[in-house]
Amino acid sequence: MNLQFTPEENTFREEVRAFLADKLPTDIQRKVRLGQQLSAEEHVRWQNCLSERGWLAPGWPVEHGGTGWSPVEKHIFEEECAAANAPTVVPFGVNMVAPVIIRFGSDEQKHHYLPRILNNDDWWCQGYSETGAGSDLASLKTRAERDGDHYIVNGQKTWTTLGQHANMIFCLVRTDPEAKKQAGISFLLIDMDTPGISVRPIITLDGAHEVNEVFLDDVRVPVANRVGEEGEGWTCAKFLLTHERTGIAGLGHAKQALRHLKDAARRQTHRGRPLIEAPSFREQIARAELELMALEVTNLRVLAAARDGGAPGAESSLLKIRGSELRQRLSDLTRRTLGPQALPFFADFLAGDDDTLDDDQSFAAAATAQYLNRRKLSIYGGANEIQKNIVAKTILGM
Amino acid sequence: MDFSLNDEQRMLDETVTRLVADRCNPEQRRTLIQERGTALSSLWRTFSELGLLAMPFSEEAGGLGGDGIDLMLIMQALGRGLVPEAYLDGLIIPGMLLAKLADDSQCERWLTPLLEGEHQLALAWHETASRYDIDMPETRAERSDEDWHLQGRKQVVINAPGAAALLVTAGLEDGSPGLFLVPADSDGLTRRDYITLDDQRAGDLDFDLTLPSSALLASGDSLLAALGETLAHGRAALCAEAVGAMEVACEQTLEYLKERQQFGAPLSRQQALQHRMVDMHLHLEQARSMAILAAASLTLPEEQRDYRIAAAKAYVGEAAQFIAEQAIQLHGGMGMTEECYVAHYAKRLILLDHALGDRDYHLETVMAHLDTAA
Ligand SMILES: Cc1cc2nc3c(=O)[nH]c(=O)nc-3n(C[C@H](O)[C@H](O)[C@H](O)COP(=O)(O)OP(=O)(O)OC[C@H]3O[C@@H](n4cnc5c(N)ncnc54)[C@H](O)[C@@H]3O)c2cc1C
Repeated sequence: MNLQFTPEENTFREEVRAFLADKLPTDIQRKVRLGQQLSAEEHVRWQNCLSERGWLAPGWPVEHGGTGWSPVEKHIFEEECAAANAPTVVPFGVNMVAPVIIRFGSDEQKHHYLPRILNNDDWWCQGYSETGAGSDLASLKTRAERDGDHYIVNGQKTWTTLGQHANMIFCLVRTDPEAKKQAGISFLLIDMDTPGISVRPIITLDGAHEVNEVFLDDVRVPVANRVGEEGEGWTCAKFLLTHERTGIAGLGHAKQALRHLKDAARRQTHRGRPLIEAPSFREQIARAELELMALEVTNLRVLAAARDGGAPGAESSLLKIRGSELRQRLSDLTRRTLGPQALPFFADFLAGDDDTLDDDQSFAAAATAQYLNRRKLSIYGGANEIQKNIVAKTILGM
Repeated sequence: MDFSLNDEQRMLDETVTRLVADRCNPEQRRTLIQERGTALSSLWRTFSELGLLAMPFSEEAGGLGGDGIDLMLIMQALGRGLVPEAYLDGLIIPGMLLAKLADDSQCERWLTPLLEGEHQLALAWHETASRYDIDMPETRAERSDEDWHLQGRKQVVINAPGAAALLVTAGLEDGSPGLFLVPADSDGLTRRDYITLDDQRAGDLDFDLTLPSSALLASGDSLLAALGETLAHGRAALCAEAVGAMEVACEQTLEYLKERQQFGAPLSRQQALQHRMVDMHLHLEQARSMAILAAASLTLPEEQRDYRIAAAKAYVGEAAQFIAEQAIQLHGGMGMTEECYVAHYAKRLILLDHALGDRDYHLETVMAHLDTAA
């Protein structure tokens, strides 16, 4: 039993820090720190920095452009990126579709798509959910009918994150309506410029445009764009779910959020003293800190098991549940820390279009919007109730 | 012990409830928000015609002499409809202060038109360092000859954009707090307006201006007593508003669970969700009891009143957050959207806690008086 990082791991951490200090553009860093929304250009500008260094795709096998890092090194990398207020890498290409292509794709698909992803040439989005198929994803209805070398796709996807910037979407579609639910599903890669595709924004309760509806109306997709066999889409989707998910606890983000919370509680005055000194409030921060400490070790235990060959299974559900709850709690405490200053809605500032706020206003502006936005953490990627069903069934055998 | 409403109260409840149902559905609400300007809305005029603006004020002040229960019934109905009118911040709070502190000519100029629905006002007290305490403003008021010079900055003044005049807290030279009446069009007053995440109008204000000596409405202990009573009413009112909004959030969530099909059955069949829904219901009923306790405590001696009000506000704030978060969660992705009406209830329920002291603030009060409280 040894909970220390090795000297090599510590050296690696220094290397990551130096890279971030050198390459993370300060304008982007400032926006992340203030909780402002990033433009597509800003995401891509940062991801290009990672690409140049060869660090965009730590999860990939080395022969395709991965880093060869151990799970612990990936963890360190994620932690340092969050601590430096680097943008989160948009996951749909690098961390979602790419592993599926690497595992199930044809050689042509690998040669075509993987370099483009590493180069940030394509912006991918994820077309799984439908209005009628959320937690019960396998009930999806978007239909793909074979017509020679093409499928003709009709249906509607929803909650498509950042689909407004995307030129590619990976979709689960029903190729065989007769087959049993999961068996009739296939995995298609679709160019968003194909005629028949339209994207409509969904505005979330924090006033942001982060998700979309995607309509597919007689969209012709080459059969060559199917990944895996026809009817194997569910296998691809499940692979993605159980595929190594070191980041699922969001630990780096949680640590950064806790630092931010403490910072806010030091800045706020309560009866002439910093709020962080008020015993009852301090206790709540301390409790969040305990949860974070426990989660970090739980996360490292799962990582160590993964390093030693055991693929993390339902353990990732535990990390997802606790990680999302913790991040929600931290955003809740930060909002409450700011007191009345958490009320204003400076939409233009949050969109990055307004420079006229003073220091206090800027510091506080994103707190409530972020609190509201973080509600999604317990809903998407398999809602927490569904994760608990998985744990009950798989780990506890209930 | 009697929890039933008398005939008059029942009528009041029915009147406001019907009015809100008729005039503030989601679409009408959006229009009300979009059309907010300097002129007051037609809904506000109807409030006035029905006596709702005068209701909670004493007869000497030109009101109808309603009590805490009347105020509770009105606020609960406004909460149910998520009515975007500054009934509390534009009317009740500044109105109560004027009724207690202003002289006859000031009442004629500012209070009478307020109760008649001709204008609204606002209380400006939040500052960078004040957090939720009203009694130690850093804004300064200095006396010179017959005038006052007022200098400072107020943040997040709810209803500032809709106010014809502001009641502004400021520290006097002897260190005691004072309350000043400042017409909104005064020279030396600058305002930055914005909306809040729960669709209220608010603003930050900078003061650097001269006021006549009569602008000081009160200071020291008499001011603190008036503020104490007014804020107690405000807090009780917020508890009631929260209960109204919680009712609807629970109703809409229950309806959604019955409607929404996943895994070949309505979500309401999932036992995990049934239990969650029961927890929401429990929070609602317990909060309702606290809101009633608060409303009925407004006439108690100050210490007892403030203890119970703090307890109610702390309790309701936490219950409101639970219901808001679960309403979103059980709606799934839908609950995250602007288009889904329950999300607006959730936002109000969350941010309502940031008004007049949040649950941490009031819990601190309860903790401080735990041993001596009756
Ligand atoms: C901000 C955001 C971004 C998203 N991005 C994407 C994206 O890019 N691509 C994509 O495909 N999807 C995306 N999603 C969709 C997301 O995966 C779904 O919202 C999620 O799967 C839940 O489905 P639902 O919203 O239909 O909720 P529902 O399935 O209707 O669930 C409603 C509630 O009921 C609970 N529930 C459902 N079934 C059970 C059960 N059996 N037992 C107990 N409780 C149950 C759920 O946990 C939830 O609380 C996103 C969602 C959000 C909010």
